[in-house]
Amino acid sequence: MKTAFKLAYRNLIGAGLRTWLNVIVLSFSFVVIIWLKGILMGWDYQAKSDMTNWEIGGGQYWHESYDPYDPFTLAESHSIIPQQFSDEIEQGDMVPVLMVQGTIYPQGRMQSITIKGIDPDQDLFLLPTHQLDTATDAVPAIIGAAMAESLQLDRSDHVTLRWRDARGTFDATDIVITDIFSSNVPSVEAAQVYIPLAILREMTMMQGEATLLTFRDPEAERPAVQGWVHKPKEVLTASVDRMIKTKTAGQSVFYTILLLLAMLAIFDTQVLSIFRRQKEIGTYIALGYTRREVVGLFTVEGAMHSIFAAVVGALYGLPFLAWQAEVGWTIPMDAGDFGMAMAQTLYPVYSAGLVISTVLIVVVITTVVSYWPSRKIAKMNPTEALRGRIQ
Amino acid sequence: MMINLPEMKTITKKIIIIILFSSFAWFTYGQPDANGILHQIDENLSSENRIFESSMTIHGRRASRTITSRSYVEGDKKSFTEYLSPPREQGTKMLKLENQLWIYSPSTDRTIQISGHMLRQSVMGSDLSYEDMMDDRKLTETYNAVVSGSEEFDGRTTWILELTARVDDVAYATRKLWVDKERFVPLKEELFAKSGQLLKRSVLSDVVQIEGRWFPKTIVYKDMLKQGDGTEFKVTDIKFNQDIPDYIFTKASLKM
Repeated sequence: MKTAFKLAYRNLIGAGLRTWLNVIVLSFSFVVIIWLKGILMGWDYQAKSDMTNWEIGGGQYWHESYDPYDPFTLAESHSIIPQQFSDEIEQGDMVPVLMVQGTIYPQGRMQSITIKGIDPDQDLFLLPTHQLDTATDAVPAIIGAAMAESLQLDRSDHVTLRWRDARGTFDATDIVITDIFSSNVPSVEAAQVYIPLAILREMTMMQGEATLLTFRDPEAERPAVQGWVHKPKEVLTASVDRMIKTKTAGQSVFYTILLLLAMLAIFDTQVLSIFRRQKEIGTYIALGYTRREVVGLFTVEGAMHSIFAAVVGALYGLPFLAWQAEVGWTIPMDAGDFGMAMAQTLYPVYSAGLVISTVLIVVVITTVVSYWPSRKIAKMNPTEALRGRIQ
Repeated sequence: MMINLPEMKTITKKIIIIILFSSFAWFTYGQPDANGILHQIDENLSSENRIFESSMTIHGRRASRTITSRSYVEGDKKSFTEYLSPPREQGTKMLKLENQLWIYSPSTDRTIQISGHMLRQSVMGSDLSYEDMMDDRKLTETYNAVVSGSEEFDGRTTWILELTARVDDVAYATRKLWVDKERFVPLKEELFAKSGQLLKRSVLSDVVQIEGRWFPKTIVYKDMLKQGDGTEFKVTDIKFNQDIPDYIFTKASLKM
């Protein structure tokens, strides 16, 4: 076996440019696959941590009628916060949010929105709710950057807000935008206005009520509470998992094309080697090599391309991947259009598992592709091979 | 005849009472009973049934579109509307029975019930909500009304009625009505939020006498918080007290 590796190495180096062309193409596949997988891992990490920081905390309790995909449920999705959560809320480890449907009229245009009442002193979310604790002539409100841009609203702008109270009677007042925040989570920005919880409760006559209860600690044992549905963090981030899975499947088409190109080159090289080196094959057999050993020799030679490619890939890939992890990859379109927690710049995250699995997959595929044309050797007549006759 | 002091006091009291009563009578004569005005409006506008054709022009920010329809109405609990144009809306039918509302869409050949909070949505993109159309409770049942003054509007002298909700579940906390003093037809209505902010305004015009009653043929609804010219509702043809077959007010008629 050692001889086989030695021979394979010599043959590959001896082949010169042909070997290096193959190696470069294959190394490119290595680097691109690791980079793309790294981007997906980075997105997964960023999306989940952004969702935790901006939207879901360590998990939530939803009012039993609440359905985020059906705004009509909001009118019924509120009730008194269960007594058992009082301490947790007092300590700031649980944040109640009351949600009510409303309409705002920026520059006389009508826009349906969700009014969210939140405690200005909370620190569970990164939302700048402290800006709600402002003495103004109108109700202080904060909105997301995406909404501010689409409605052409700016800080200090006044806009009329209309809503219905718990009994369905219309009411209207002016709000003043005290801050505009930017997050990577569209679901906390799109068509939402945040105002102080106490004011919203008073406006809607829903004293002591909430729609969502977000808690800080994802590990704590959570009891079932009547009228409320416990949503653990894994459930709330399941959409990210599904998206990553879909994207991985989509990207695998790209990997396949890349690998196909590299493998085609290696396959061609192998076929050419076997065709041009028949005398050599005959000599090996004449020297006492079994057919299987000769097949093994050629297979190792082909597979060694992937080892070279890994080394060459590491030479230019490591600095490139490290640089990417530092500066990230800026998506050349508005990330908000995806409707998911996605940053404009994604920072790839590489794990040892990711690198090892990619190297293993490429080595195994290269070995199989190298073995395939080499099987022909087993059918060769050694005397004819020695004469160099084409078989 | 001598009048002693106690008698004098009694007479003075009586005079004061008479003056007070007469001034009250004058006051009530000057400012008639608001509920009475509302009843007279009801008498003037309501009929056993009616069939009318109308056009609804929705003025948007960039363009306007007009939807025409034919409606059959019985009392204030039953109504059936069929949209006649434009082609996109043609064949759409709407049936209201008591507090239930169904809409049939010919493109999907399906009938859906509009209920709960879907009632708060706009009708065909207009300034009217389904709920505005559905609210068939009499104003006298849901509001306390007072006459707050008199004003000239659109060349007619009107009473100004101020209505304050006396039940919890009304959409508008207060309303203001301008009612023609002679014809008992509302000419303008303003709807207010709890905070007192003006939300919607309707202006009724083209008041004509049809079969002995005064009827406004044009109503312009306007969401006051929104830019634009509102929604214009025009009755192009109306007939009162017609024979409307019972099957019209059944769900089966939606698919006919």
